[in-house]
Amino acid sequence: MVTCTIDNKTFQVPEGTTIMEAARKVQIQIPHLCYLKDLNEIAACRVCCVEVEGEHAMVTACNSPVRDGMVVHTNSPRARRTRKINVELILSQHDCRCATCVRSGNCRLQTLANDLGIHDSPYEEQLPKGLRKAWTTTYPLYHDYNKCIKCMRCIQVCDKIQDMHIWDVAGTGGRTTIDVSGNRVIKDSDCTLCGQCIIHCPVAGLRERDDTAKLYEALADPEKVTVVQVAPAVRTAWCEAFGLPRREGTIGKMAAALRRLGFDHVYDTTFGADLTIMEEANEFLERFSKGDTREYPMFTSCCPGWVRFLKGQYPELTSQLSTSKSPQQMFGAMAKTWLAEKLGVEPEKVYCVSIMPCLAKKAECALPTMRTVHGPDVDLSLTTREFIRMLRADHLDPALLPEEPLDDPMGTFTGAGTIFGATGGVMEAALRTAYAKLMGKNPDPDYFAAIRTGPALREATYTLGGKELRCAVVSGLGNTRKLIRALKRKEVHYDFVEVMACPGGCAGGGGQPIPQHDEEFQEVRGKQLYRLDAENPLRYSHENPQIQRLYREFLGEPLSSKAEELLHTDHFGWKI
Amino acid sequence: MSRLQIETPGRAQTVLNGLYQDMHRRISASSPGLCPVDMALNFLRFCHAQSCGKCVPCRVGLGQLESLIEQVLERTATLETIDLIEDTAQVIADSSDCAIGYEAAYMVLKGVRGFREDYEEHVLNGRCICGLSHPVPCVSTCPAHVDIPGYIALIREGHYEEALELIRKDNPFPAVCAYVCEHPCELHCRRQMVDDSVNICGLKRFAVDHAKPAQAPSPAPATGKTVAVIGGGPGGLTAAYYLALMGHSVTVYEQRPQLGGMLRYGIPNYRLPLEILDKDLAYILSAGIQVHTGVSVGTDLSVEELQQRYDAVYIAIGAHSDKKLHLEGEEAQGVYSAVRLLRDIGEGRVPDFSGKRICVIGGGNVSMDATRTAKRLGAASVQCIYRRRLEDMTALEEEIQAAMAEGCEIVTLEAPSRIETDGNGQVTALWTQPQHIGPYNGKNRPNPVKADLPERRFPCDAIIVAIGQSIVTKPFEAIGVTVSRGTIQADLSSSIPGLGNLFAGGDAVSGPATVIKAVAAGKVAADNIDSFFGYHHRISCGVEIPPAHFTNTPPCGRVNLKQHCTPHCVGDFRLVSEGMTPEEALQEASRCLRCDHFGYGSFKGGRNREW
Repeated sequence: MVTCTIDNKTFQVPEGTTIMEAARKVQIQIPHLCYLKDLNEIAACRVCCVEVEGEHAMVTACNSPVRDGMVVHTNSPRARRTRKINVELILSQHDCRCATCVRSGNCRLQTLANDLGIHDSPYEEQLPKGLRKAWTTTYPLYHDYNKCIKCMRCIQVCDKIQDMHIWDVAGTGGRTTIDVSGNRVIKDSDCTLCGQCIIHCPVAGLRERDDTAKLYEALADPEKVTVVQVAPAVRTAWCEAFGLPRREGTIGKMAAALRRLGFDHVYDTTFGADLTIMEEANEFLERFSKGDTREYPMFTSCCPGWVRFLKGQYPELTSQLSTSKSPQQMFGAMAKTWLAEKLGVEPEKVYCVSIMPCLAKKAECALPTMRTVHGPDVDLSLTTREFIRMLRADHLDPALLPEEPLDDPMGTFTGAGTIFGATGGVMEAALRTAYAKLMGKNPDPDYFAAIRTGPALREATYTLGGKELRCAVVSGLGNTRKLIRALKRKEVHYDFVEVMACPGGCAGGGGQPIPQHDEEFQEVRGKQLYRLDAENPLRYSHENPQIQRLYREFLGEPLSSKAEELLHTDHFGWKI
Repeated sequence: MSRLQIETPGRAQTVLNGLYQDMHRRISASSPGLCPVDMALNFLRFCHAQSCGKCVPCRVGLGQLESLIEQVLERTATLETIDLIEDTAQVIADSSDCAIGYEAAYMVLKGVRGFREDYEEHVLNGRCICGLSHPVPCVSTCPAHVDIPGYIALIREGHYEEALELIRKDNPFPAVCAYVCEHPCELHCRRQMVDDSVNICGLKRFAVDHAKPAQAPSPAPATGKTVAVIGGGPGGLTAAYYLALMGHSVTVYEQRPQLGGMLRYGIPNYRLPLEILDKDLAYILSAGIQVHTGVSVGTDLSVEELQQRYDAVYIAIGAHSDKKLHLEGEEAQGVYSAVRLLRDIGEGRVPDFSGKRICVIGGGNVSMDATRTAKRLGAASVQCIYRRRLEDMTALEEEIQAAMAEGCEIVTLEAPSRIETDGNGQVTALWTQPQHIGPYNGKNRPNPVKADLPERRFPCDAIIVAIGQSIVTKPFEAIGVTVSRGTIQADLSSSIPGLGNLFAGGDAVSGPATVIKAVAAGKVAADNIDSFFGYHHRISCGVEIPPAHFTNTPPCGRVNLKQHCTPHCVGDFRLVSEGMTPEEALQEASRCLRCDHFGYGSFKGGRNREW
């Protein structure tokens, strides 16, 4: 332990604690911008500079450990001036048109500048112009050179968490900026579109392509029948932006909100998840018994970020992906066939929209393989953030909305489908159904609970019908790469592996609301999903009565030729 | 009022002169990997500020060049802009009245022609081709990429053994390098921006002199693979050491009776005491390496045999042969080759130069070694004859100074023309043709030109020829190794194309170079031989690096090692340089700016924990 004094408070902290963390222990929040604990402690923004007695220069609180007997002043005249001028300098190279900024109200720089009372800056605005600020408008990921403050967080997240190294520092001197690494352009890169860079960006340097205008157009078109599906993870996070407790962001309130936005039919992607389980569990049992998993496991395919990762990094393993489409796509495929028939509308008039915690879903629904003669399965995919912005635009406050039911028949869902939004959920839901199919009876719904918690890479072995089933669950692409390397080196062997590109699964998805204070919410959001599962009287996808009806009336049975045609996909049919 | 007055610079000029020096040091401390176009632009701005403003090309033209290059960087230019830059710069170069204008334009021309692809990349894609690959200047310029800020921090805290352990992760010759490394690491030291580069080599010596002996870490589990290393010099032993740590079984074949190569048989003891070399050798051998000394590969043992008996062979034979003057009288009695003379001394065959007049020919470090050795062997006079100027000598400045301090004479601008002998074939004099210094002819050094003066005679009893070393390549050429310009041809991974398990590196491949380059080559070879076997062993070091101090010490002089160079050194082969005192070492270590922690180093590439 070392003793230090910060702003006249003397206390002890373990050796090695940074000034920033030490101050936090005595409720002193040292302002900072680029700092992200454990990931980005590079002292680039110089906002966290404090005055340390005996040192001739200012000291950065984020990466300087406390020394015994140290006396720190965070609000001395020199500390104040340093902080303010450095923020003013950052502002001089930042597009400060906050009124039209997607991150207004949730921008670290805006808060900091406001808090510091910077209402007028003495410095000339210096922003890249013309081609130097050009970025493609069609790609789902948007980089704004004029908003970017070069905090390097995106680089660190992509390097250290996702191990993808998409971003890098480009250039030197005053023109240094953040760009796609290796002098590539984003469209030619192997970006998985996980969106983790966006949710760790302190400003609007990175954001999703905003597709809300397309939705408004569809909603205004009297010819179109708008159908919306909401992914399970969205309900755990959307209310954060409105200050509503997590439990109160129910699907019922969401249904009310979506109807008020103007959707004709409101459903739940969880129905699609239940359908995915039916196909994927049966596909797995078939591939497992055929010996398909003897060398490499069958991989889940519901996470498009992961599918992009595998196709980009290990294309030779593409055939190991489950051919079952993701819940979003299955839902869309059924909406434009079975549902259209039920609603008595031409499939071409159905406009299928999804609200997703995800950026990669925007790319997935646009794939050439994810469509039928009636057009794309899903016409438009919006992130949770775009959904929230639309609610704001229509002054809809979820706190004041009633609980409303989802529409029939694709509004019925099980707890098994709900946990798709958390890491391990797809595996668990599939195992529940596979168990029932093999053993002729349902397992206890919590029989596979072991796979829910633990490190980012978890494994479990189950014996079903006398056969040993080796399963693994992993989230985050850095962890995924480690797993695949181990598989390729034959250090491990699994039959079934669930991969989610984002840490914590969709709950921590790149399309989710961005926390105000650099918190990581994937775990609490995930727990909410497990709570919803426990509260649902339906715990097995195969017991969803509407799924049973769908097979009875339309598909026949899992893996039938109709199911193969509509619910399965060819992963070789497109290139990353 | 008096008609003439003593002129004194004003205050502004005095301050500005200081700033010029600051800029001078700052340019020296430039990191590799900066945007060359941006640099060219800013050099140009500086040049433009020097313009007196009288003439059009310089006053107007340089400014227009600035805005054109700015357009390139702002991505508002086209490829035609680059042509316009070139044409404009050419006209300024051709028509400026004075050097302020035309030299500025030449700088632009050099850039636009020398790195045109960088200009084009900016125009077409708005990017730089370059990139800061290694942000710590000393680590990036050290051929072996030793973790210099790490070991300096350890020295500052008094952890000398750990400092050496950290160095040995990348260089198993810390002791040798502490005494004789040419320390390219100090070249771009960022401390130059403050005052002067850190005396890195001197600090390493302090650690070497104060650390307790240690043993090599235990090797990785045995792989069963075998490697023969031909040559027991720094390169061969570096490869042998790391390969042994990786778990391979290594055998070193050394032609001479003892290990060390040029370190033992080329560097005089007053620069590198043998016990220092032995420290490193003992440590290296403790990794478990088999050694056969007195075996000449090619004579006693064929290369093919080694290739068959071992899974891989590394050729690290160095450059131990000498270059000839090709002058009349060169075979005369009393003419020595520097390489052979130093080797003979290393093997105990010490010639007696007592009372003799010696001429040494050459201007490199070996020439200085021969000069200073001759003095120690009792020579009545030593004259070092060189055909260019003192400032053109390739020997280290400090070596030349030391030779002069020891009473040797450096005779410049004299090109040897013939060797005079008496009836017995004994050398009596060296005849030279005086030179004057001439044009650069596009090279880094100006050429000497024959002066219109008569030949000069330097009466002497012995001549030592130190004009370069060569490589004995014959036994390797015989098995199909390609030799070009006297060196063995190996690729950058040190493998010899088309010859399977044969690798080569060090002086034998690069031509005569430095210890640290040989070490770097040995490292590269070890890594590639390991990969060749199908392994991916990693060499790491668990030493914990002390955290950086918060702020840096204010400007402070660099501690240089004292040199005891006196004309009274006859017969004295004791070490001439004196290590730092603990007080000096602490101060010097505290001058390190910790570029591993401050600046880009805390973000990317500040520390490689393994290779």
